[in-house]
Amino acid sequence: MSPTIASSSDASGNFSQATARAAVSAAAGAEAAGPQPITMAKALNTAMADAMHADDSVLVFGEDVGLLGGVFRITDGLMKTFGEQRCFDTPLAESGIVGMAVGMAINGMRPVIEMQFDAFAYPAFEQIVSHVAKMHNRTKGRVKLPMVIRIPYAGGIGGVEHHCDSSESYYAHTAGLKVYTPATVADAYRMLREAIDSDDPVMFMEPKKLYWSKDLVDLQALRDEYEGKTGAGTEGRAAVARSGTDATLIAYGPSVPTALVAAAAAAEEGRSLEVIDIRTIVPFDDDTVAASVRKTGRAVVIAEAHGFASVSSEIVARVQERCFHHLAAPIRRVTGFDVPYPAPKLERYYLPGVDRILDAVDALQWED
Amino acid sequence: MTISADHTAPGQTAHGKPAEVQTEDAQLPGAAAETARKFGITAEDYMLPARHQIQMVDQNGNLKHHSEQGAEPGHEYPLPADEELLAAYEQLVVGRRVNDQNSALVRQGRMAVYPSSHGQEACQAAAALCLADGDWMFPTYRDAVAVMARGVDPIEAMTIFRGDWHGGYDPLEHKVGIQCTPLTTQLLHAVGVAHAAKLRGEDTVVLAMCGDGATSEGDFHEALNFAAVFHLPVIFFVQNNQYAISVPLAHQSVAPSLAHKAVGYGMAGERVDGNDVVALLAVLDRAVKLAREGSGPLLVEAHTYRMQAHTNADDATRYRQDGEVAQWVARDPIIRMRKFLTDRALLDDGGEGRIAEKAEAVAAQLRAGLGEDVPIDAQDLFKYVFSIPTPQLIEQSALLADELARDAAGSASDTEVTE
Repeated sequence: MSPTIASSSDASGNFSQATARAAVSAAAGAEAAGPQPITMAKALNTAMADAMHADDSVLVFGEDVGLLGGVFRITDGLMKTFGEQRCFDTPLAESGIVGMAVGMAINGMRPVIEMQFDAFAYPAFEQIVSHVAKMHNRTKGRVKLPMVIRIPYAGGIGGVEHHCDSSESYYAHTAGLKVYTPATVADAYRMLREAIDSDDPVMFMEPKKLYWSKDLVDLQALRDEYEGKTGAGTEGRAAVARSGTDATLIAYGPSVPTALVAAAAAAEEGRSLEVIDIRTIVPFDDDTVAASVRKTGRAVVIAEAHGFASVSSEIVARVQERCFHHLAAPIRRVTGFDVPYPAPKLERYYLPGVDRILDAVDALQWED
Repeated sequence: MTISADHTAPGQTAHGKPAEVQTEDAQLPGAAAETARKFGITAEDYMLPARHQIQMVDQNGNLKHHSEQGAEPGHEYPLPADEELLAAYEQLVVGRRVNDQNSALVRQGRMAVYPSSHGQEACQAAAALCLADGDWMFPTYRDAVAVMARGVDPIEAMTIFRGDWHGGYDPLEHKVGIQCTPLTTQLLHAVGVAHAAKLRGEDTVVLAMCGDGATSEGDFHEALNFAAVFHLPVIFFVQNNQYAISVPLAHQSVAPSLAHKAVGYGMAGERVDGNDVVALLAVLDRAVKLAREGSGPLLVEAHTYRMQAHTNADDATRYRQDGEVAQWVARDPIIRMRKFLTDRALLDDGGEGRIAEKAEAVAAQLRAGLGEDVPIDAQDLFKYVFSIPTPQLIEQSALLADELARDAAGSASDTEVTE
């Protein structure tokens, strides 16, 4: 898919000179050795930089991603390292950004585009569902769209209206889109690299409240693992974030750390909860989830998005299909209420918090 | 649009090579102003269309005097070469035959729908002929004739209407975007293709086609703006056939013309008689040349008429008068071109005969290819959703396979097997 970028002597001088500078910069600058406290933002930023070093056809664009480095600074430094032709700002037009990315992907590039906030992607919705999702299918596989649409989603930051939506259900429902959502710093690196290298279009949902969460991570080791292909890959592979025996908490994105806190609290009460981090909503890992629920016999699905007609509904349907005779109680859901995402001062009533999760666990018919 | 053959605009090399990537400053109206001054016109006059549409051959087939062609300082177009004019005539005749054959197949029930470009064949031919092999075309659902003129196999071009798949040709092979139903969205794809080509230093030009109705869609605005801001080699070719299904142009836009929209983005626009293939080629050839030399995007509005209904499913008598349609019969693109070429001794009975044979051959190909029962493989539903089917798709594929196997077993036992 990647075109060969011509030598610096051809007419595309700026493009390949920037690439040469980038290679030098990559060699010169190395992270400190061993595990360091690294934010998810840094992991995402590093993943993009590494992907751009590895493949000249990877481009990053969107609103404010160039000089500013993105309103969340996730693309910080990329324009400086790779030049304005590989990391650039666009006019303020989401449909334009996605539509242009479709054309660039048709013509040999691997665009990694940013939608500034979850709800601001909606002007691009037609381009996403009618073209990004369908182009490969409508051309019987002749045209691939190896593009990534990065979307900061979900709440917990006290944002004004439209800044905290969770739209993953719309994309998960759209045949032809992959939907990735990392919950840990290490997975943010791994999954963004996988998304960029995927030949399929990926909606990359980034839990914005976790951007500044830190973890001890060895970026060089992650890079070696990815580029040496020694890791297991994350697509279609849910992670067991915490092992347990009494009930399974199924979560993704921003709900995973909440689920882990709930599980730690439950452990103090003598209840052993297993926490599954879905990681890739599409393709979904039925096997890992079903194996866990068959083992424990009880499940709670946790997600910030409105519960009605959602990813969490889908998970419940799939789990009950596969695990019905192993279930000791109906599967419970702890989700956002079916109300528009609230103003900051009401956010805490809306979000699936630890207490509500523990209440749901208590309701799993333990007495029977 | 306004630059003569010998002139290079600021930022271009003298030999027609693609310009070095410009900083944003060079693309401000200042650059246009400088160019315009060389012709003694203002930047706005550089970008606004000429006061009259460009027409070179009138509806009676007579070549108009240069002073009456609509040309103005900075809006000058040389007559295309004879070979190109003959090639265009052939495409007109073949295109008309394709349109009429496809419409007949719909009436016979062999195709569900066909949005005909009957009457618009000059636009279809010019759109294909102005492009070089390495260039791209992004058609609408009404541009099957242009798609075929570009070299796509007629049956592959018609697959979308035959009903066995949503698209029948490989866009990458022919550098033709796949025809889609949503309006205007393909203009952004055209912009992206051009942007990728420019980043790689290629001198690709992209022709992005749309209709008058499409200019109301938001993606039209976004595509023109992106193309202008990024200074991309995209020709926005607006086929104004006066109707968007039943909605006439007057209800679609009150701009002085659709070509006038270009100046709002900082690009030049021009109006052409869309039934005059000579003028269309003159203007489009110049537009493609300028774009290839690095002048940035351009808009060409072709005035034509949708002679038939939106599709066979539409009843145009509900919203327009027969008298209006009749007026445009006299403006037919083929009749005038035939006379023009005959008068110039470029076309004789022998040539006409050869072209008619070619047209009949394509018509026969359409009858054969669209009449036959195409074998359907239901498993195709699952194969192309992703590069590699997911476990869930494999599961669903197996479910359908099982269903079909049981159907086949059921009907085998129900009926006698006869050969």
